Amino acid sequence: MSRLSIITQNKAQATVEELYKDVERRISASPSGLCPVDMAASFLKMCHAQSCGKCVPCRIGLGTLEKLLDDVLDGNATLDTIELIRKTAEGIYYSADCAIGYEAARMVLKGIEGFRDDFVEHIEHGRCKCALNQPVPCVAQCPAGVDIPGYISLIEAGRNADAVRLIRKDNPLVAVCGLICEHPCEVRCRRSMMDASINIRGLKRYAVEHAGDVPVPKPLSPTGKKVAVIGGGPGGISAAYYLSLMGHAVTLFEAKKKLGGMLRYGIPSYRLPREILDKEIAELMSVGVEVKTETPVGENPSILDLKKDYDAVYIAIGAQTDKKIGIEGEDAKGVVSAVEMLRGIGDDEMPDFKDKDIIVIGGGNVAMDVARSSIRLGAKRVRIVYRRRQVDMTAMKEEVAGAIEEGCEVLELCSPLRIEKDEKGNVAALWVKPQIIGAYDRGRPKPCNSSKPEERLACDMVLVAIGQGIESRSFEKYGIPVKRGVIDALNWSGIKDIPGVFAGGDCVTGPATVIRAIAAGKVAAANIDEYLGFRHELKVDVDIPPIRLDDRLPCGRVNMKERNASERKNDFKLMECGMSEEEALQEARRCLRCDHFGYGIFKGGRVEKW
Amino acid sequence: MVNLKINDIDVSVEEGTTILNAALKAGVSIPTLCFLKDINEIAACRVCVVEIKGKEKLVTACNNEVKEGMEIYTNSPKVRNTRKINVELILSQHDAHCATCVRSRNCSLQNLANDLDIIDQRFEKHFVKAAWPKNFPLIRDANKCIKCMRCIQVCDKIQDMHVWDVTNTGSRTTVDVSRGRMIKETDCTLCGQCITHCPTGALRERDDTDRVLDALADPEKITVVQVAPAVRAAWGESFGLPGEFATVKRLVSALRRMGMNYIFDTDFSADLTIMEEGSEFLKRLPEIKKSGKPMFTSCCPGWVRFIKSQYPGYVSRLSTAKSPQQMFGAIAKSYYADLLGVEPERIFCISVMPCVAKKHECALPNMNDAGAGQDVDVVLTTREIDRLIRAEHIIPQDLKEEEFDQPLGIGSGAGVIFGTTGGVMEAALRSAYYLVTGKNPDPDAFYAVRGMKGWKEAKFDIAGTEISVAVAHGLGNTRRLMEAIDRGEVKYDFVEIMACPGGCAGGGGQPIHEGCELAEERGGTLRKLDKESVIRFSHENPSVVKCYENYLQKPMSHRAHELLHTDHKAWLMPGESAE
Repeated sequence: MSRLSIITQNKAQATVEELYKDVERRISASPSGLCPVDMAASFLKMCHAQSCGKCVPCRIGLGTLEKLLDDVLDGNATLDTIELIRKTAEGIYYSADCAIGYEAARMVLKGIEGFRDDFVEHIEHGRCKCALNQPVPCVAQCPAGVDIPGYISLIEAGRNADAVRLIRKDNPLVAVCGLICEHPCEVRCRRSMMDASINIRGLKRYAVEHAGDVPVPKPLSPTGKKVAVIGGGPGGISAAYYLSLMGHAVTLFEAKKKLGGMLRYGIPSYRLPREILDKEIAELMSVGVEVKTETPVGENPSILDLKKDYDAVYIAIGAQTDKKIGIEGEDAKGVVSAVEMLRGIGDDEMPDFKDKDIIVIGGGNVAMDVARSSIRLGAKRVRIVYRRRQVDMTAMKEEVAGAIEEGCEVLELCSPLRIEKDEKGNVAALWVKPQIIGAYDRGRPKPCNSSKPEERLACDMVLVAIGQGIESRSFEKYGIPVKRGVIDALNWSGIKDIPGVFAGGDCVTGPATVIRAIAAGKVAAANIDEYLGFRHELKVDVDIPPIRLDDRLPCGRVNMKERNASERKNDFKLMECGMSEEEALQEARRCLRCDHFGYGIFKGGRVEKW
Repeated sequence: MVNLKINDIDVSVEEGTTILNAALKAGVSIPTLCFLKDINEIAACRVCVVEIKGKEKLVTACNNEVKEGMEIYTNSPKVRNTRKINVELILSQHDAHCATCVRSRNCSLQNLANDLDIIDQRFEKHFVKAAWPKNFPLIRDANKCIKCMRCIQVCDKIQDMHVWDVTNTGSRTTVDVSRGRMIKETDCTLCGQCITHCPTGALRERDDTDRVLDALADPEKITVVQVAPAVRAAWGESFGLPGEFATVKRLVSALRRMGMNYIFDTDFSADLTIMEEGSEFLKRLPEIKKSGKPMFTSCCPGWVRFIKSQYPGYVSRLSTAKSPQQMFGAIAKSYYADLLGVEPERIFCISVMPCVAKKHECALPNMNDAGAGQDVDVVLTTREIDRLIRAEHIIPQDLKEEEFDQPLGIGSGAGVIFGTTGGVMEAALRSAYYLVTGKNPDPDAFYAVRGMKGWKEAKFDIAGTEISVAVAHGLGNTRRLMEAIDRGEVKYDFVEIMACPGGCAGGGGQPIHEGCELAEERGGTLRKLDKESVIRFSHENPSVVKCYENYLQKPMSHRAHELLHTDHKAWLMPGESAE
């Protein structure tokens, strides 16, 4: 008889562990629009199964709650039942001995608070208020509604040019998005229920790179209407492109030297090479857009002038100004905002960071962009200072990892206090207060001052990347409504009480993603067309290949590879490597074709025109 | 061509053929349930699953295409077991009290379960609570619904009304009225196409047969029944009778055996409608030409419900003429009561219609112009009259042909074609031509408005005046036409609309045949009856002529207005605002 023994898993336990993983992935791929009461009841059932059974509230109470929720769902409840559920859940929350019980009860309480209307609807009308909106997950998640299963099947069939044409119907910036889209489409990919999401962005990039030249479609016959688009970023380019295809005469006003907006003046070329950007913009503008660069809309011309001279105006000025951090010494020489630095790089004015010791403040993608650009500009050391923990950074995980690989250091839990200047007014150091991660505030743990003393971080430059603002003054002055710093436009891009003027993208939502700006441009194009008295339909004559009936077996996801850190950190050339043909075909074959299998074949599976 | 094997039978089919159709070609039958060609190919029931050699998972035959070299098995052990399980699962949530179901003997689920020899149920039954207004002409039984989604698809794709939708998710997913509405609050046109495409008894018309039996049992009541044109082309289908045998005269015989006192033909009042509507059209023509806005027919109550809810601004463009059903009711309780020399209150007016919306129309608050309660007391659909024939144990095969009663039993060929798309327009044009020129046209001169095309248009010359007409059937087509009129893209003088595809022949009250659309065939029967008619013009119907001579004086007279015309704005659709 041994006194101690090594604990080994039996087969049942090992299987259950696997099932936990399955459930985790499954939940991550939950379609949108499910009945929240049904989900709450189902979660509760799982929670109850986790109970050890020792304590009354958890062992019995969770089951009682389950029954009450089922009563609501089955039409056997009254409005008083909601109160009984609340009181019972509170009783469990207050008295359960461990988190298995009280956290389960808390989830129920959260539901009563968060979707009480759904409880009431079930009780009063025997049905759910949930929006019946669960077609193809990737398409539903893509703001522009690109036909993703459609183009993946075209890639699988080797028809890359058709794939590009199909994408362009809903998103004209195919090459750009192939490289830098944040791919919200992958988040709820149903394939996650099986193994992992499809690498959709990677496939898009592959299609573009293997499509050859894909001519843009011919515009419909001229309508005689004139539209002004203000701002040559992704949103403005998209609106101008679609409006031109519809036959309207579009003039695109851009304040800077070149088109592209944040694609050029925000995103470094190692992520989006300029020749690819230039080529795509030139192709799109070739549909007949009149482009006026270095023509800011402010005083001359003003928005009023454009309103007079054009039948409709779309404001897509983006979020281009920097935000100040508001600490002492911010005026020191060597304190540069991310916006300012990336703007210069956009116009090929490369600053010299040789042998500089640089600190970047911020934790978003832009912070990573300036940090990694600094490395490429020859900095001897780059430190990223962030108030919260590294895991709390809003930048994409791979961006953070890439920055670290290239030699950036992350100083987490450091709150900037002041910038120390030398006698010439140059940056000498950044003083920070060490933080301790603390209690949750609005769904996120909040950093608080720790008891450790302030620290001095000697450096030559401080790059501030804490967000962007909107330059809306010259619009506000002429009557365009501005609310909390952004233009107050409606969800269809119109502006209340100002017919003919539309706005969208970052200048309406605040800084967001490229694909959101593109989607806003598409929405604006449709509604401007409608406003001008037309209902042009944009479609593409690409037939989708027949469905493959093979079994879909688990298979690993092809991830994107990057050039070696030691090599890529020395230049601004594209750092990400594209998929090989065999990788792309294998990845495309992983697609579960939710347009054909499941709800997609019934409703919302394919939008052929808009 | 694609070559494959189905159950080891070699078959060669065109590329793009579904497994289902390829199997058919190989002489192999694959059962389906939710499948409805071109409308519902969503593979929801998973009954048509087949096994493809080399693949672990089964695939559905209805919506997947064959590939070169496939080896398909439609009855392998895996298929057999899976198919049976799926049908048993459906049955576990289906109220299979077949003995008391209107669709018994004509139910796709019942047939399937019988075919699969399911005699034991392994799964516990589970039903839901669901309320439905029992007095609404359209009845839904949630516990008979198998969520095939056909009703949603028909209402979306064919009728473009979107009354139904999927409600809830997960285990409680079901079909319900869309956008959280109650059925009575909706703009449902009561076309009944959801009923005729439902595979089970989940959707049906409100059963009014008991009210008819009560009237027959009441010695004080004189039962007067009218038979709509399209009923004669379909009533025999439920009994498997061939069209040439199931004549209207045999239906007359069946109605007489039930004990109906007087059996008349709606064709008579269809002719009356033409006299009123045709005269009205000619009267309104100068204004129509001036405004560029057409006059619309008003005989289809589904269409009237549609225009009132979807295009209320056009209601004044409807003809004020009542539908033939309502004209008949008003005449039966006035002119005919006089002829019989009885109090109109004693007359119980029954209408046999291919239509569900007629049940609503007869109960409109202003359809009581004869002054003896509702002009039409009760409407039975073709399906209900077939059920009554069964209930009376009348053997339809034994029926001999019998004549309608007189004088309201005479109808012209123009009246008969009211039951098919284009027929009202054609009948109206025949008489309008006569009213203008004093001469009859060739009765087939207006053939251009015939046929199954969803939206037809034609121009005719009547005494030097060009009349531009359009005909649409099915509400999806109707909406397209209305949008075009509204945008000023098209201009017509006279427009005929029928809510159901194919017109009344394809009406929502007609017998149901799984997977078959019979509107065209039934319409052909009506066209043939017209062709064979001695009288092909409404204005030549002797009973109509006599009715005007002895009672109404002339079309559009004061009395005609009282009895035969109506104010379409006197009642409101849900959500419609009074002017």
